[in-house]
Amino acid sequence: MLNLPILRWGQPYTSLEQDEVVHFLTGKPLARVSQANTGLLSRDMRHAERARRMLTEIPIGDLINMMKKAGDLYLSGTLAMGDGEQSPDDFARQQSASTGLPEHMCKANMSKNHFVLNNMDQILDALTRGLPLNILTQGYGIEERGVVVSYQAQCPVLGLVLPSNSPGVHTLWLPVIPMQIGLLLKPGPQEPWTPYRMAAAFYEAGVPREAIAIYPGGADVGAEVVRRANRCMIFGGTPTVERYKGDSRVQVHGPGFSKILLGDDVVDQWEKYIDIMADSIFLNSGRGCINCSGIWASRHTKKIAQALAEKLGPIEAKPPEDPQASIAAFTVPGAARAIWNSIDMRLHEPGVTHMTAPFGHRLVELERCGYLRPTIIHCDSPDRALSNTEYMYPFATVVECPQEQMLGKIGPTLVCSAITEDQQWRRQLMEARHIDRLNLGALPTIRLNWLQPHEGNIVEFLFRPRAFQTAV
Amino acid sequence: MTSSPGTAQQAKSQLDAHVREIVEWHFNPATGCPFWLDYASKLGWDPRKSVQTFEDLKRFPLFEDDWLRGGPVRRWLPKGLEGKPLFVFETGGSTGVPKSRLTSEDFRIDYEMFSDTLPEKYFPRGSNWLMLGPSGPRRLRLAVEHLCQHRGGICFSVDLDPRWVIKLIKAGLTEEMHRYKEHVIDQAVTILTAGHNIQCMFTTPKLLEALAEELDNRGTSIRKIGITGVFAGGTEFTPQFTRFAMEELLGEGVYLTPTYGNTLMGLACSKPVGPRSDYKITYYAPQPRAVIEVVSFDDASKLVDYGKTGRVRLTTLTRETFIPGFLERDEGEREAPCEEYPWDGVSGVRPFRKLSASTTIGVY
Repeated sequence: MLNLPILRWGQPYTSLEQDEVVHFLTGKPLARVSQANTGLLSRDMRHAERARRMLTEIPIGDLINMMKKAGDLYLSGTLAMGDGEQSPDDFARQQSASTGLPEHMCKANMSKNHFVLNNMDQILDALTRGLPLNILTQGYGIEERGVVVSYQAQCPVLGLVLPSNSPGVHTLWLPVIPMQIGLLLKPGPQEPWTPYRMAAAFYEAGVPREAIAIYPGGADVGAEVVRRANRCMIFGGTPTVERYKGDSRVQVHGPGFSKILLGDDVVDQWEKYIDIMADSIFLNSGRGCINCSGIWASRHTKKIAQALAEKLGPIEAKPPEDPQASIAAFTVPGAARAIWNSIDMRLHEPGVTHMTAPFGHRLVELERCGYLRPTIIHCDSPDRALSNTEYMYPFATVVECPQEQMLGKIGPTLVCSAITEDQQWRRQLMEARHIDRLNLGALPTIRLNWLQPHEGNIVEFLFRPRAFQTAV
Repeated sequence: MTSSPGTAQQAKSQLDAHVREIVEWHFNPATGCPFWLDYASKLGWDPRKSVQTFEDLKRFPLFEDDWLRGGPVRRWLPKGLEGKPLFVFETGGSTGVPKSRLTSEDFRIDYEMFSDTLPEKYFPRGSNWLMLGPSGPRRLRLAVEHLCQHRGGICFSVDLDPRWVIKLIKAGLTEEMHRYKEHVIDQAVTILTAGHNIQCMFTTPKLLEALAEELDNRGTSIRKIGITGVFAGGTEFTPQFTRFAMEELLGEGVYLTPTYGNTLMGLACSKPVGPRSDYKITYYAPQPRAVIEVVSFDDASKLVDYGKTGRVRLTTLTRETFIPGFLERDEGEREAPCEEYPWDGVSGVRPFRKLSASTTIGVY
């Protein structure tokens, strides 16, 4: 078992309070993680400016090279981890054992993180729209077109309150260090693995230890991260999203309510798109905010729901080490049952049909965890309570709704794949401000282009363009 | 070091004798209070005859603290204390009618006993104090002032309304709460930097942190500003917080003594805390005036084994207040008697897990 200390800007600190991370099936301890008290974190914030100062002493080009090296180390190296070490296989096994995600998906996530680290130059070039990167260091400079521009860092470090149940989110903070901003990480209780492994890889690649801090702890520590960091990225449910709405210091990543909309011009050929729909709902165990939770069309919805149910309904829960395992466990005791109860109570509403019911019980409860098998619901109207819901497993509603009403009814949507050639509707989709990522055409919601921003451009979040003049 | 069987037995005999005396006082019509005399008339047994030992107090049903809400408060006044100057102290009260305790001398006696446990080197007699804690109808407010006066000093204090803080927290107005905390700390720093030669203080973990941070921002520290002794209380006194406070907020030369207490019990002292015991905090009640037991979550009449976790059960046995077994909102581990305190203690005190979700901890 590993003992993971708090990292106080790189300095290990073993707390007198420890939290045990256990295997979700066996209960076997995997790691003891030191827990921070809020005062420790707030006191250490005195050194936040040092993190940025040290990073600005390293050219961004060098930091990008370090990211590439760190990516290789993260993917393939055996790295120092607390009082022990960790191979890539150890990492995937441990992450799977505490988060419930099948091991092969953990490995796939490693490849995603590696890809982002290895392509950091292109990603930064895309996110900064070709800005000479030394402008981020110096604060100002001249663009290729001869214009003076200035970008001011809004914080010395970015605070992150990370989730336990979604190891895919870590790609979001990987571009931060090469932008010479430090990292203040509060890991999710069941997923300390990525922050610690990434920090170990960064250190070994040459990133100064003083640039990264990790404070595991309870909700109070998360709140302190948000309070102390002038820019913070947090992950949570709808109440968290509502709480920080309009707070320019905080970027909240909540449920996606991602959807596929079928236009009236293509809906009669719905069978052509069934694989795209199924993949969007199901891949990566349906846990991500970019997984599709709603298919909307004006007709054929019952047939679409039936086809999806036949495709996804028979899928069974399998052990995490099984290469065929495709759904993740809910590792918090009682969580799967609570989710199912919340769905079940709304299945009795007229106009709502549980299409996967013929394929057996959805809730599978084991001694220490639970699974929810893929679930497809048909709603005959957007007014049904289940029509715009999202759960962290392959769950989707197929909603019957006239095309002209769709944009008014879908609500906030992180990824919208709109399959249509209707130019007028495409125009309306372009203008719909409640859609974040827009895919026009037959694209799965889960297909990411790493050169595109996700829920806001992180460069714009961390740097403010401002007027700047200098006397000659 | 554990206590010898002889001293433990002696302490037990003293406790039983004290129980007999207090039960006689509270249930004798010549000295008892209306509440307990009325209560006894419905019991069907005579406490003065049936209660001879501490264990016999278990015949009483658990005390319900809701009985302390509302008036007339004089129903709690023992006849034997009539004519004495009285205080009423309140607990909680952020919403609804607060619980109140009528008292005359108890808070002075409790804090004079506590005074004897303070090391002279760090809490010098004659030194001035800062009460950086709740003001208003709180026992703590007057008790700390009395402690200071008892030791020959003058006590400075701040305005702090904990009920407002709890309202802010419950309303999710955390920024407002932090601004209020800054307002309190600002008062404290003003006093500490005004040349009053303050060497000792009472505070809570959160205020201690905030004070240290503000002093640090001003280029000074708790030690540099002249404080040598800090008496503090609250269930947030975890070993980790204590270590952090001693190592990083206070440093060498400043003594920290965590305590556990409330308006109903008085004050439980801790054994000296430090790195040798991994900052473990073990509290011992001021027996025989109050008794702390750690009892089973399922059966409050059963003690848990030493080292095991249970709910804190409190008994208060003074001439002013009789509380025969009250389940606190805290849990902890049962600790064996020690040389200084030859009776049971409790360590790891924290909010009772079944209640903690609904309990709002404010500034103390």
